[in-house]
Amino acid sequence: MLRSGQPLTGPNRKHCREDEMLLGTVLDEGERGFIIDTRSAQAAKQARMTGGGTEPKSSYPQWRRLHRPLERGRPLQESFIKLVEACNDPSTSMDRWLSRLESCRWLSHVKAALSTACLAAQCVDREEASVLVHGAEGTDTTLLVTALAQVILDPSCRTLMGFQGLLEREWIEAGHPFHLRCARSAYSHARLKQEAPLFLLFLDCVWQLSRQFPFSLEFGERLLLTLFDNAYASAYGTFLCNSEKERRVGREESTHSLWAWLNQPGEKKKYLNPLYSPNALVIWPSVEPQSIQLWQGLFFRWIRSSQYLEEAWAETQRLAAGN
Amino acid sequence: VENVRLLDRLSSRKAALGTLYLTATHVIFVENVSETRKETWVLHSQISSIEKQATTASGCPLLIRCKNFQVIQLVIPQERDCHDVYISLIRLTRPVKYEELYCFSFNPKLNKEEREQGWKLVDLNEEYNRMGIPNNYWQISDVNRDYGVCDSYPTEVYVPKSATAHIIVGSSKFRSRRRFPALSYYCKGNNAAICRSSQPLSGFSARCLEDEQMLQAIRKANPGSDFIYVVDTRPKLNAMANRAAGKGYENEDNYSNIKFQFIGIENIHVMRNSLQKMLEVCELKSPSMSDFLWGLENSGWLKHIKAIMDAGIFIAKAVAEEGVSVLVHCSDGWDRTAQVCSVASLLLDPYYRTMKGFMVLIEKDWVSFGHKFNHRYGNLDGDPKEISPVIDQFIECVWQLMEQFPCAFEFNERFLIHIQHHVYSCQFGNFLCNSQKERRELKIQERTYSLWSHLWKNRADYLNPLYRSDHSQTQGTLRPQMAPCNFLYKFWSGMYNRFEKGLQPRQSVTDYLMAVKEETQQLEEELEVLGERLANLQKLELNDNKVKSKQQDRSKQLGLSTSNNSLANTPQEYSSDLKSFPSRSPSQGDEEDSALILTQDNLKSSDPDLSANSDQESGVEDLSCRSPSGGGCLPSEDSGKDSDEAVFLAV
Repeated sequence: MLRSGQPLTGPNRKHCREDEMLLGTVLDEGERGFIIDTRSAQAAKQARMTGGGTEPKSSYPQWRRLHRPLERGRPLQESFIKLVEACNDPSTSMDRWLSRLESCRWLSHVKAALSTACLAAQCVDREEASVLVHGAEGTDTTLLVTALAQVILDPSCRTLMGFQGLLEREWIEAGHPFHLRCARSAYSHARLKQEAPLFLLFLDCVWQLSRQFPFSLEFGERLLLTLFDNAYASAYGTFLCNSEKERRVGREESTHSLWAWLNQPGEKKKYLNPLYSPNALVIWPSVEPQSIQLWQGLFFRWIRSSQYLEEAWAETQRLAAGN
Repeated sequence: VENVRLLDRLSSRKAALGTLYLTATHVIFVENVSETRKETWVLHSQISSIEKQATTASGCPLLIRCKNFQVIQLVIPQERDCHDVYISLIRLTRPVKYEELYCFSFNPKLNKEEREQGWKLVDLNEEYNRMGIPNNYWQISDVNRDYGVCDSYPTEVYVPKSATAHIIVGSSKFRSRRRFPALSYYCKGNNAAICRSSQPLSGFSARCLEDEQMLQAIRKANPGSDFIYVVDTRPKLNAMANRAAGKGYENEDNYSNIKFQFIGIENIHVMRNSLQKMLEVCELKSPSMSDFLWGLENSGWLKHIKAIMDAGIFIAKAVAEEGVSVLVHCSDGWDRTAQVCSVASLLLDPYYRTMKGFMVLIEKDWVSFGHKFNHRYGNLDGDPKEISPVIDQFIECVWQLMEQFPCAFEFNERFLIHIQHHVYSCQFGNFLCNSQKERRELKIQERTYSLWSHLWKNRADYLNPLYRSDHSQTQGTLRPQMAPCNFLYKFWSGMYNRFEKGLQPRQSVTDYLMAVKEETQQLEEELEVLGERLANLQKLELNDNKVKSKQQDRSKQLGLSTSNNSLANTPQEYSSDLKSFPSRSPSQGDEEDSALILTQDNLKSSDPDLSANSDQESGVEDLSCRSPSGGGCLPSEDSGKDSDEAVFLAV
């Protein structure tokens, strides 16, 4: 699985011999690859006007392009804000709750993200073909897809350590601009241009997987909530800045790593899933609407007592520990 | 009929070819694939509708929809055969006499005594005793001993001490269907009670002294409060409309010391339509999130569930927190009244959250109080306008509560699903007819078997591993919140998409935890025994070694951790663009996946043996059937182990 930014084809349909060769090296003679473009075909075409674009068929003959539009940027942030508002609104009656939920579109975004990640995973696992994923910049929906696909495909990414490694690799080192994207969150009126909850969307998708495959992830919901918190505001330096380049200026000397803290034996056990049993196989989620649920643990976290669910979790831990 | 194809709803590619059989009690489809010969059995009484669709090049499609939400799509090659099957099924699924029903031929190979014992498992007299009756305030009355006062009530009713036979009879004449106020639940702690009845025949201005005295008697039976609530579970408009027909509701001016309350739950017709709309949403092919949420909201189903729940919460609060008695009614007092009283009881009394207690609750508020099972669930062919998912809604309320209070119930989701299944299956005699009177006339207890003893025998499959009788959640009253953001109603895909295995979480946490719990218990017991032995014995090396190796073997055998690896599953279609993978040959994936399927022997489950007869509901005892019942197995809808089911591969 590869990821990149969009090719800078531009309005004049530029070619780049080196880029073609680079992609060429990935495939053997006669082999076929897939390009998953996370923009709609139209958006991708329009990108040419501003210097971007798509890979022309003639230059990349072995690659088949698929468009799977995923929401990003401002619209995604709006979706998030609307959802949080809906959840917080005590006057919402049962009559209107579902349509309100629908109008936020958040769950549709979860479905689309999971579907696209599964598609990428299918390319690799079922078609045994290489796949290149990119959107526009390669820093948002691209990472969402590649990271999620790895959780689906790779059992080592589902371990606590492996998941941390995945985050380091596919989000942090890959250059997701955390500082810009996870700035003020859903309550702020500031409406920053660059803010968008891609990382939260990723965590939500992982939560959906944990619900559908309760034995297959070594970590539980608590880890996901902690990661969500720390992406926005953290005592640790892990999610600082927007890129490796920015971080290199003194992060390691001046801050502590979130991973170091999480992995301490005393802390670690809080994040483990007591039901975990290593599953060597690929986990294929159902993306039917019935299978995708609202992440209550996150969206109702401060609104409603989770006492009974926590008690149930404690009981689960107690039972599993007995084994 | 041979060469029939059974289609999969989610994947038009995965059609199984086989033979269709019609018997006196079942429709059976047997796959041709020689090794597995997988069978799908459907009871005629489960079939809710049969639709013959337009003939295509591949044959005549026949769509069978079941009351337990299974949907079966068959394609029969010859039009003539399809028509014959259709006509036959129409007749078979519309029995005219009770004797045609499965329960009269079902034979679990129990003797007469065992059958009797089965029926005695749930005893309502015992239940009222448990509540603390008879006492100073409440007593049993035999006024209805020959069903002379009310033919839809049981022979034994519980009434306030001060309610004489004269008052009861007088009151019954002023109530729709003669269903006078009678006791449903009595709270020992504060003497508050829940009573139930039907609507008064008050019209615009009619009065009845005895009925007013009846309500006073109920009030007097609770010295802790000087008034009672009268809860009408209908929307105000409907109740008012009833007045024009000479019925209606209690006027606070005429009845001393009552506080009247409407809690608008819609009628059976609205509920029937609501379910219909929701099922249509479930049948959509590849719906978007929007389609689904809009469709679900449009059906109004969850709104209705909430209305029932809210009514139950109101009544439970009145009893537990205010210590005030409540009289509940709707129109005839056998639908919404049953729902609301049983939800309230469940919230109030932890006993009803145990397995036995739940059976007792259904026996009490549904069976004995004359809920019209036959009319509502179509045992016999009848008026389609009487059909309505009344008990289904109650069962769903229980499930919603289980999701919010996971430690509070002794039983699990599977228990609820199987009960719902059997309301429609007519395999047992509990839910036949419309009243106790009719059941006794038909001698149901001598001619059929009780579901309760069947479930009780298999109770290990129905336990909730998170339940502990000493846990805080299981004590006392459950107090759910009412605001939507405080009590989120979820779509119950375990029930409404029960047979679509691709939709269910692949791995059952409940089964796993139950297995762990049992194993832990076994080991603890063993440990105790061994501990004692060690204390008694001298240090004999030999014994120690033997013991250690036994313990090692056991943990290898149980192998709970490794069994989950066999839960391979297949990807569904993730792209609506079917041409994503044009070069794929469809059969490839199937073979691959079947190779990955391993049967799980270690996890206990109520699922029948997966090889043959996986969906068998046999009239004949099948000893190979894993479900430990004497012959009655259930469709293996919840086998997360049978993983090849998952939907389809990308084209």
